[in-house]
Formats: sequence, C-alpha cells, structure tokens
Amino acid sequence: MHDRQTLAGEFRRMLPEECVIYREEELIPYECDGLSAYRKVPLIVLLPYTAEQVEEILRFCHQRQIPVVPRGSGTGLSGGALPHEQGVLLSLARLNRILQIDRENMQARVQPGVRNLAVSEAARPLGLYYAPDPSSQIACSIGGNVAENAGGVHCLKYGLTLHNVLQLTLITIDGERLTLGGGSLDAPGLDLLTLITGSEGMLGIVVEVLVKLLPIPQQQQVVLAAFDDIETAGNAVAEIIARGILPAGLEMMDNLSIRASEDFVHAGYPTDAAAILLCEVDGVDAEVSEEISRVREILQQSGATEVRTAGDDEERVRFWAGRKNAFPAVGRISPDYYCMDGTIPRRQLGRVLKMIGEMSKRYGLRCANVFHAGDGNLHPLILYDANNPGELEQAEAFGGEILELCVAVGGTITGEHGVGMEKINQMCAQFRDEELETFHQVKRVFDPLTLLNPGKAIPTLNRCAEFGAMHVHAGKLRFPELERF
Amino acid sequence: MAADRDCSETLRRAVLDAAGESRPLQLMGHGSKAFYGRACLGDPLSLAEHSGIISYEPTELVITARGGTALKEIEDALREKGQMLPFEPPQFDGKGTIGGAIASGLSGPRRPWGGAPRDLLLGMKLLDGRGQILRFGGQVMKNVAGYDLSRLMAGAMGTLGILLEVSIKVLPKPPQEHTLMLSAGDWAAARPLLHKMLIEGVPVTASYSQGEQHKLRLACSQQRVEQIVQRYGVEAVDHQVDFWRALRDQQLDYFTQKEPLWRLSIPPAADIDSKEQMLYEWSGGVRWLFSARPGSEIRSRVENAGGHAILFRNGDRSGEIFHPLHPRLADMQKGLKQVFDPEGIFNPGRHYPDY
Repeated sequence: MHDRQTLAGEFRRMLPEECVIYREEELIPYECDGLSAYRKVPLIVLLPYTAEQVEEILRFCHQRQIPVVPRGSGTGLSGGALPHEQGVLLSLARLNRILQIDRENMQARVQPGVRNLAVSEAARPLGLYYAPDPSSQIACSIGGNVAENAGGVHCLKYGLTLHNVLQLTLITIDGERLTLGGGSLDAPGLDLLTLITGSEGMLGIVVEVLVKLLPIPQQQQVVLAAFDDIETAGNAVAEIIARGILPAGLEMMDNLSIRASEDFVHAGYPTDAAAILLCEVDGVDAEVSEEISRVREILQQSGATEVRTAGDDEERVRFWAGRKNAFPAVGRISPDYYCMDGTIPRRQLGRVLKMIGEMSKRYGLRCANVFHAGDGNLHPLILYDANNPGELEQAEAFGGEILELCVAVGGTITGEHGVGMEKINQMCAQFRDEELETFHQVKRVFDPLTLLNPGKAIPTLNRCAEFGAMHVHAGKLRFPELERF
Repeated sequence: MAADRDCSETLRRAVLDAAGESRPLQLMGHGSKAFYGRACLGDPLSLAEHSGIISYEPTELVITARGGTALKEIEDALREKGQMLPFEPPQFDGKGTIGGAIASGLSGPRRPWGGAPRDLLLGMKLLDGRGQILRFGGQVMKNVAGYDLSRLMAGAMGTLGILLEVSIKVLPKPPQEHTLMLSAGDWAAARPLLHKMLIEGVPVTASYSQGEQHKLRLACSQQRVEQIVQRYGVEAVDHQVDFWRALRDQQLDYFTQKEPLWRLSIPPAADIDSKEQMLYEWSGGVRWLFSARPGSEIRSRVENAGGHAILFRNGDRSGEIFHPLHPRLADMQKGLKQVFDPEGIFNPGRHYPDY
C-alpha cells in the first residue's frame, strides 16, 4: 500500500506544485473516462509539462512499483483510462504543442496531448490535413488515438491511426526514451510501431508523434439514400464496393437513430426509412461528379426508395451532422445509453441486426444502430435507465451478447474503441488461452513488473475460466446455430 | 494449375521435432528472395506446398490465403474481380508467395500511396516455435482487440513463426493508369515539381527517377491527365505497364550492376550527402544505390538524413545487412523472439546476427 500524502510529497519535490493533484475532491474529476459506468479514484494524478518529467515519473514509479495509468483527453469509451486505486493517473494533457508542420515531407510532429482536430486546423493553411477523424475529434488527443488505434468515418479510404502515424517517441516503464519508426516509410528491425499503436497504454508512454498529412481534397460530395429494409441497404453497400468505388465515407443508420438524430439536428433525414446510407466521394471536381452519378445509379438499382445529393456544402455538412451527432442524439431520448463497438464481415449485417432486434425484445431494452458500413464497424447503442435497479447490468449483459455474436460471425469485439476494462470478459470469447498467454508474454517484454495500465485489455486465464463457467451452460456455447470462425 | 493443400499438421510436426532438438530451420517459399537478408543455416523447410486461397470476398475487400500461395495466383484471382494487392509486392524472377511477401515486408512502386504489407495485413494464423497455432487479428478492416501481433510479423523475415494463413485488405484496381514523363534535369531539379504535384493532390501511384529520366504513374481519367499535362508542363506517354512491372521486380538494366546494392529509406524530401548515381522511387522515399564503399559510411550518411540503409543484394551476406538497432530496441526484439520462438529454430540470424 502506498500512502497518498507521502507520495504526493515526493512527487512535489520532483515536479512543479500544480502538476501534482492529491486532494480527494480534486481527484474526483479523474475517476472515469468516457465510460462513466466505471469509476475509481486514483491515488494521485500527475500532469507533467515535459517528456523529461514523464521519464522521471516513470523511473520513480518503476523503482517503487507503483502502477501507472496513462490518460489523454479522457474521451475513451472502454474504460482504458479508468484509474488504479493504488496507482498514479498520468495525464498527458499538458504535452499539447504542435512542434512542427513539414510541408515538403507532408508530416506534422505533435505532442500526445494535442487534440485530433487541432492538427488539421494547423495544417489547413498549407492545404493539408490529418485524415483519421473519430467522432470525438474536437476533444480527443493524438496520444489517445495512438493508444486505441482510433478510426473514424473515413477509414475505408484513408485508414486507421496506424496508417497515418510515421514515428512514435516512447518512454519505457523504467524511463528510457526510444524512437520507433521515422520520417521514412519503414524502419529497421521488427515493426514495434505497429505493436505500440493500439496497445492501450500497456507497453510504454508515447510522448511525441509524427503523423502523415494529406492534401485536402478539392471537392467532397455526399449522397443520402433511404431504404425500407435494412438488409437491402447492406446489399447496396456491397454493390458500391463491388463496382470498384472506394467512397471516402460510407455510413448507415437505422430507424431509431435516424429519428433521434433528426429530432436533434434537423439534418433533413427521412424519418420513415428503415435505414439510410450516407456515401461521400472526394477528389477533383469532374471525377467527383462522375462518381456521384455512378453511386446514385447503383443506389437506385439496389432498391433505394429515395436518393438525394447534397445541393451545396451546407447541406453536405448537415447530412454529416446527423451522423456525427447520433450518439448525443440518442442520449436525448434515453436517460442513459451504452455504446458498443463490434466489427463484422459486412455480409453478415442483416443477420446480426435481426438477432440484435431479438435480443432487444428479450432484454426489454431499445437499441439504436449506427454503422460504419464501409468497414463493417457496428455501434449498437443500448438505451437504459441507470436509476432503474438492475438495468445497467441488463444493458451490460445485452452488450456482451452482441459482442459475442460479432465474434461468432467472424468479426471482433472491438473495431476502434479498445478493450479497456469494458470488454475484458469478451476477450475470452475472441481468443484462446494460448493466444492470451502470448499477449501476456509480450506485455512482460516491455513491462516485466506489469505496472503500466495493469489489469486492462488482456484478461488473465483465471478470469476467462470463471467467465467461461458462467457462460457455457452444459457445455454449450452461445449461438450454437452459427458456424464458428 | 493452382494447388490447394492444407499442410498445417505436417508443418506443425516438423516444428515440434525441430524445437525438440533445438535444430534450426530455414523457412522457404519459392526462394525468390533467398538473396535477401543475412545468410542463415538450418534445414530447409518448404512452405510452398501449403497453398491455396481460402476465401475471397470482393465486396468485403478481403482475401485469405495460405502462406505458400503464389502471388501470381492471388493477383489473377483479384484481377478477375477488378481488384489488386495495394502494396504491389515484387515478384523477383517472376516468383514469390504471399507468405514471403508479408515476411519480407517488401512493397513495390505503389507503396507510398497504397500502403505496405503491414498496413494491409488484417490477421493471420501463425505457427509459433512451440508448435502452437495462434490466430491474431481477423478478416475485418477494424480490429483493436488484443495487441496487433499479426502486423508484427510483416518484415520479421520469418524469425517469429510460420505464416499459415494471412488475411489481406485488397482494393479496387484503378480503371485507368497513365504514365507521365518529367523533363527537368537531375533528381534535385525534378524534385520540386514532383512534390508540388503531390501536395496539390495529383493522383500519383508510382514514381521513378534515374539520371535525367523521371516518370510518374497516375490513376485518373484521360481528361484529368490532359489537365495535369497542361498545368505542370509534363508529357503524357503510353501507360508502360511493363516498365512499372520491371521496376517492381528489379528487371531494369540499372539493377544488373554487380556491386553491392543498397536500399536507402529516408524522408522523401531529405538530401543525402552523395555524388553517386541513384535510382529514386516512392517520390524519393526509397533510393537504390550500387556502391562498394564501406557500409558504415553509407549508413551514417543515411542516418544523418533521418533514414536507414539495407544491404539489399550482393556484398557480404554474413555481415551486417539490416540497419543496426538502438541497444534497447535490440533487447526488445530478442525478448519478442523468445516469446514466439524460445528454441530459436526459425531462420536464426537471417534478420539480425543475434536472434
């Protein structure tokens, strides 16, 4: 057991006074991240200004065997930055400078606390932007994006965080600073940069990131299509891809999310549609117009009941506003909602949504679905009321069942939000013991004492054994009717 | 005739036997990249028989194939549906397997715009040095469950395990590609124009510069090409499919030289202190240099420019081939080797001398 007062004293000798937060009332704002159902008060919060201070903090924590939980902007949705009661919560929020924008090499060097959108804003005068755009981009930090390998609505064409990061400066748990990757397109040795990206702060602390910038497309255009059946909408997506079109964005919403969004932002969505698709094309003027007319034709042939092209940029932004505000919109129609993040092979969409519909009846909880249709990433939003005893637990059980369904149809329990604390049990459904054990061994290569974000992302084999005992009734797996992948 | 064979069990037994005796194995696909990497000892273990496309869903943009599947077979299947492997893997001597392409981490001319093997790799089934068959990643575009261990295998030179199956993201093949010629003197003189075109969003999919010859490959409509020709004062020529393939497979005359061939990977706009002739690809991000100068001298010049150098062909294959690592990174690498291959049986020494 570490004593809060004593430790605070030691950290205050190491860091400026305002960098050490230890009074109980000041610790409360840090007790959760974007997943507020999980809360813990950390022992101490540290807010260093520099990478050198991060080195010093880590060396100290390593020596004293104090757990360290890193945190960016705290917008994560899987409890990855849930504090450790006996540990330090290390906020990178003050490492928030854009260090360089290199127009010639089309790169930006930033600190981890820089907000995602701030990079594009800084690059805009040079005609460049940073492609990954998670919905939380006005608030979320680049460091957090790296930790989660964040996605967004333009991944299909422009990739995930991983595809847009060139170099990371990492501080190991014992305080050594290392450079992974570089300004060139590859680096010598094993590709540790890919391993660190998406590792949820379990392997080291990122203190600097070199990202790739792209030219801002000359033209963007979006088509909205309405469908009276969600499976027809899914088939239309497959048809667009089959015809060789790679849209910049391809999003789907079901009726409940359409209605919630329409009430909230008045995007002009058809509220009687079973599903809508938003398909964005970007490039140069002539080519965009040509591709848009092909997309319209495909959508019409695929059974859309209505196809609308945004008349001007204002309408385009409005079409997107509905989608980008889907989560808060759902937040308005229910006291609480629980956001899931499974990915499925797109062809399974109809079946998965049908089964989610059945689960919804069984649990007695409504569920709105928004879908990054281009890359199969499904976000069911389970509506519940935490004030009703037992409803949160029901929502969690419902969510868990959805994720296990995603695995059963050949997908994954998390496409872009991370495992964190939230999906740790479902990891047991996706991976076998040998694979989990390999993950633990990899962790120990970087962090032999398991001090970095302990207990997150990778379940212990014991935990899985207990979880399995709970879930496998009479030796039967869930969804026995499905072929296992 | 495409073979479709699952040899997982045979390979697993071969690995268990070798591990039991701590006997090294040299993993071999078609052997088209046998020249690449450090020379290593060990009993050859052929992986080429373990082949066949397991699933290909054009509308999902994903192909899954056994590691020994010929790149040609994959390319043919994709072409039929108007798709392609975006990293344009080289096929030296017209051969190569998908497992070898991933393990070597090598990409062709499209790399800066289409991605590298590690970017396109979605998941895999790996046979590790304990004889375990492990699945990492998946067959979907987005997957952040667990550490991304499948991508770690890209470029690991087969030192961590056997790639039994790989799932790869594919993309639509551009309906039209065109070749442009820039006449602008040498590389230093041509570079500003090339970079201007890139920043202004010209849809480049490959670049080549050697001496005073500069070519670009574009993916766009004929009409757009005409606009580009006018705007930048460049010349459009025939598409030259064969030229770009020869560049990819190093069949151009430039590559027939006998001196050690160095692959220099540096930030595209960086200058290297060198008077020697080089061939430039990836808008300057990769440069090919034939040189008998000491490796240490070449490496330090490239390092000063923010890059690294690989002794790609020829020269002393038992010496230092890949760029030396920071000691701590080398330790981490050895630690990872220990996780996947505790007996050290897979391609020992092929990547770095000590693992």
